[in-house]
Amino acid sequence: MADATLQHDAVGHGTPGAYEAPLFGAYSKKVGMWLFLASDSLTFGALLVAFSYNRIYTAWPTPFHVASITNATIMTGCLLSSSLTMVMAVFAAQRGDRSWTRNWLLATMAFGTAFIVLHGMEWSKLIGEGLTLPIFPKPAHAAAGELADISKNTPQFPATFFGLTAMHMLHVTIGVIYLGVVAFRKWFLPVLGVLWVVGFALIPSDNVFHYGIHVLLIALIVATVILVLKPKDYDAEDVEVSGLYWHFVDLVWMFIFPLVYLMSTKIM
Amino acid sequence: MATPASVHAHAPQGFIRKYIFSLDHKVIGIQYYFLALSAVFVGMLLSILMRVHMIWPTASLPLLGEIKPETYLALMTMHGTIMVFFVLTTAPQGGFGNYVLPIQIGAPDMAFPVLNMLSFWTTFVAYMVMLAAFFVVGGAPLHGWTGYPPLSAIPSAGPGEGLGADLWITSIAIFCIASLMGALNFITTTLDLRAKGMTMMRMPLTVWSWFITAILGLLAFGVLLSAGILLLMDRNLGTSFYVPTTMVNGVMTWHKGGSPLLWQHLFWFFGHPEVYIAILPGMGVASQVLSTFSRKPIFGYRAMVYAMLSIGFFGFMVWGHHMFMSGMSPYSAFAFSLLTMCIGVPSAIKTFNWLGTMYKGRIRFSTPMLYAIGFVSLFVSGGLSGPFLAQPVLDIQLHDTAFVPAHFHLIMGVAAIFGIFSATYYWFPKMFGRMMNETLGRIHFFITLAGTYAIFMPMHYAGMAGQTRRYSQFTEVAFLQKLIPLNTFITWAAIITVSAQFIFVINLFWSMFKGPKASDNPWESTTLEWTTATPPPHDNFGGVTPVVNHGPYEYGVPGAAKDYVMQTDPPTGTSH
Repeated sequence: MADATLQHDAVGHGTPGAYEAPLFGAYSKKVGMWLFLASDSLTFGALLVAFSYNRIYTAWPTPFHVASITNATIMTGCLLSSSLTMVMAVFAAQRGDRSWTRNWLLATMAFGTAFIVLHGMEWSKLIGEGLTLPIFPKPAHAAAGELADISKNTPQFPATFFGLTAMHMLHVTIGVIYLGVVAFRKWFLPVLGVLWVVGFALIPSDNVFHYGIHVLLIALIVATVILVLKPKDYDAEDVEVSGLYWHFVDLVWMFIFPLVYLMSTKIM
Repeated sequence: MATPASVHAHAPQGFIRKYIFSLDHKVIGIQYYFLALSAVFVGMLLSILMRVHMIWPTASLPLLGEIKPETYLALMTMHGTIMVFFVLTTAPQGGFGNYVLPIQIGAPDMAFPVLNMLSFWTTFVAYMVMLAAFFVVGGAPLHGWTGYPPLSAIPSAGPGEGLGADLWITSIAIFCIASLMGALNFITTTLDLRAKGMTMMRMPLTVWSWFITAILGLLAFGVLLSAGILLLMDRNLGTSFYVPTTMVNGVMTWHKGGSPLLWQHLFWFFGHPEVYIAILPGMGVASQVLSTFSRKPIFGYRAMVYAMLSIGFFGFMVWGHHMFMSGMSPYSAFAFSLLTMCIGVPSAIKTFNWLGTMYKGRIRFSTPMLYAIGFVSLFVSGGLSGPFLAQPVLDIQLHDTAFVPAHFHLIMGVAAIFGIFSATYYWFPKMFGRMMNETLGRIHFFITLAGTYAIFMPMHYAGMAGQTRRYSQFTEVAFLQKLIPLNTFITWAAIITVSAQFIFVINLFWSMFKGPKASDNPWESTTLEWTTATPPPHDNFGGVTPVVNHGPYEYGVPGAAKDYVMQTDPPTGTSH
């Protein structure tokens, strides 16, 4: 295990020698990812504290209808299923089955993409019904109604809702791209490019995602740089580490779903 | 030490890969160090301008003219921010931690060399963005290094609160990301790349201090990142997390329902651990240097480790003691007060152990040792006012007076700086292969020590006499008239102390090129960095991984041939 540490991380530096056994026998990349997740959980923790803080000190509206909750439940189902397929991908990678690793990763990405698309549609619907922040582009027929009143009277509600879910959606998007790079390496780049162009063309300009889609462009640039600087075949350890990230993103949703949706529902 | 040619073959060639975008932790450490060195001079210049303005508020300065009150606030903000983030966080951890930690544990480099390079260059970008705030319309922000809303959240609230404040927050956010990358790297390196025999309880206390600092950074900077993002949203995306219904310059803002207290909680949840991020590496260096130059093992190694761990642990539970004035519940104030007092216990253990280390030692008063003793002195002087301020009753009286700046400058400001100086004089021979000038070092030490006390001791009394902090001028206030001579003295002391720092810079650069050549182990130290060549080869140990047989501080071991036993010396049988 100690030798594995050296081969993977201190690449090209010195010759492998005897090292103390690492903590829990974990290789460096895995320790690094765990540490990143620890700090990221504090980042999300601070956002959840901000949400709770506002919620406690404000008369909190409960506007979510059956339709919203159903949609969010389906999204939750997508993420839970994606965790299962991710586990299968890690198993496949560990027994050296490359094609099934790729298939399971693809399934995970499909569930993740479904989550993002469902979430994006829901955002657009809520914005159309009047749940907005001042900077959002005004949809053609912005409705007056309960959600519009909430945005006016309790700006904390849309602020925390969009803030938390945007941060999470960003993490899921990065996750899907991360898995795509691990599974398909440079062949994933054109797919990402096409998704960006098509998305930009299809999403109308009065939709908030017309600008949000540029996240894909940034990701495309970053992924290209990484793949050019360090072209390598991703192995079972890489798949496992990406799995850690993916499960963490799912876990965060398990906090957001009850706190943001279930506790703000009309359904009793 | 044998150095196979094959190892040097893959050391990077060419100026850019070797010195600018280097992956070598030693080069990155030196880059961090010089970034901090430039930042500390910017910060000191700002503080001198503030001191001059306090005494001669209408003086017309060259280039700047008369300093306006809002400019004073901008100077204060930038002084605090630059010093805390780009000096006290950057130099001890990014600089010396980067350079020394991998060598001291016997690793060829950090666990993630590319990430290491990225974290330096991200820090550099953050520094540039921060400096840019001086040069935009309206100038630098006014909200202090703590950035309290509503002032920091409303662009129309003051001249620097427009683009300047946006740049300030952006810089902090970038710095958070850089620090997170660094912290992750430090922890992984310490856990995974220790040479055979370098068990956790054989690590030098410097390694422990960087390790614990990295854990604090990993957990604290993520929270500040979130807080900063929410603040940027409040400013630019129309949310109101931090801003209640409020009026600015006679105009109602559209904000509604937010709470400035939320920012204070989030900020200080980061801010208090940040204090320990600044001081812990100094504690590590002081332990290392005091033991080496007293020619005695460190007194109570395990107690030192557990004390640092508990300081780190308690550091996360006391953020509320910065908020006694905020209208927080008195019951929480009570809890925070009690927990804050608890930190006095491990701090006292450490001080006791440092004194115990020196007791009956054969002390060599070289410059690193002087600075380590100075560190202990400042740590005690600054630390003793901590339990005062930990009590809500006293804090409410003292909080907005000069007493608090006096307290935190002594302990987290200058004590940490003394740690950096000690580390500089101690590791300079290893880093640059030459010795620093001892005479200049001593002159620098005594002026700086006396100057520091001359600046900050009187500030305690001024604070107790009721002199407010943050106010740009007080010379017109009747009840503070009597304090003008004292403040004039402080200003002159500050000018002299800052001028004395040029002795250090001259010594640093002169010795880098002209100093006498250093041997591999000029201080007769025991830790791993002194077993390798000076300066160390690209992979630190020339292709071999050292094997550790001894604890880090085996000085004056009875029956040993020399008065010190290197960590790599063959086992003696009696050694643990």
